[in-house]
Amino acid sequence: MIVRIATEGQYEVGEGDMPALEQLDNDAVAACEDGDEQRFNDTFTRLVEFVRERGQPVPEDRLDPSDAIFPPPDVSFQEAKAEFSGEGLIPG
Amino acid sequence: MPGLSGRMSTVIKAKISKLLDRAEDPSETLEYSYQKQIELLQNVKKGIADVVTSKKRLQLQEQKLRDQVVKLDTQARQALAAGNEDLARTALERKNVAQTELQSLDSQIGQLEQQQEQMTASEQKLRAKIEQFRSRKEVIKAQYSAAEAQVRISEAATGVGEEMADVGLAMQRALDKTENMKARADAVQELEAAGTFEDFTQLGAGEDDIDRQLRQLSSSSEVESELAKMKAELGTGAPRSAGELGAGGAAAAPAGEPAEAEQGGPSPGQAP
Repeated sequence: MIVRIATEGQYEVGEGDMPALEQLDNDAVAACEDGDEQRFNDTFTRLVEFVRERGQPVPEDRLDPSDAIFPPPDVSFQEAKAEFSGEGLIPG
Repeated sequence: MPGLSGRMSTVIKAKISKLLDRAEDPSETLEYSYQKQIELLQNVKKGIADVVTSKKRLQLQEQKLRDQVVKLDTQARQALAAGNEDLARTALERKNVAQTELQSLDSQIGQLEQQQEQMTASEQKLRAKIEQFRSRKEVIKAQYSAAEAQVRISEAATGVGEEMADVGLAMQRALDKTENMKARADAVQELEAAGTFEDFTQLGAGEDDIDRQLRQLSSSSEVESELAKMKAELGTGAPRSAGELGAGGAAAAPAGEPAEAEQGGPSPGQAP
């Protein structure tokens, strides 16, 4: 699976690592919905580190689209919340 | 995939189709997409230049503030040596303001440095993808029938489009942050324009409006402790009010410090 961390780049993550990654993803959303900023920051930091550690960077001359795209590593809690309320990180 | 990534993917995909979904004819799509990529690359270069300009501006201000800190410190010592404690305090208050500004400039210059690196990396990545897209574009044109070409084009365009959307996002975030830092640079400039860091001895010892504002800005306990330290270094002895000093010295030496008592109180002549 190709996973992108927005503003950083793409990583190839093995199928075996996907369940753990999906779990972190869901935990981050839950923290966001609970309005728990600390838990969101912790979870999201772990998620980004997981992708960096377990994934292989995709060579720059590959043109494959990602299977999953995560927000930028410096995303704020407010931005993440806005993302879900439909305002989005990417305007226009 | 639900969750953060699902939401983010949906948003990015919408962005990509907006970026690329203009042309009907496959070869037109290729050319249009390629044009867009080149445009974006140029924008990224411009964005990097913006960040570099902001960084240079902050570095210039940083240097000026460093000079001011040294100057104000010297002036505070001179004022104290001359027995003018009020003036010394004012100088230290201004030094305190300059130092606070200096600290925040320091960290902002560091952040701009990071942004410059990140954008430069983005530019290289985008350049590599564009190069790849360009060669694939020629292959697609030469080798595939119209129907096949359509599929290959949409694959290649989606891949490069995602990179474009992502680089666009990185650039936008970097520039937003740079914008905030410009505000900081402007604030420092306003302080300068208001004469905060000018040669304050020109003002005399009297308190003006700027002094009152500065007093609110600067941490007075820090100023007082620095003043006490400076006095100790200068050997002017026990803390006392400037009024007493100004009155000419000898009369009002408070009890408490035996060394002082032996010397019969301070006089302007004692200052080193």
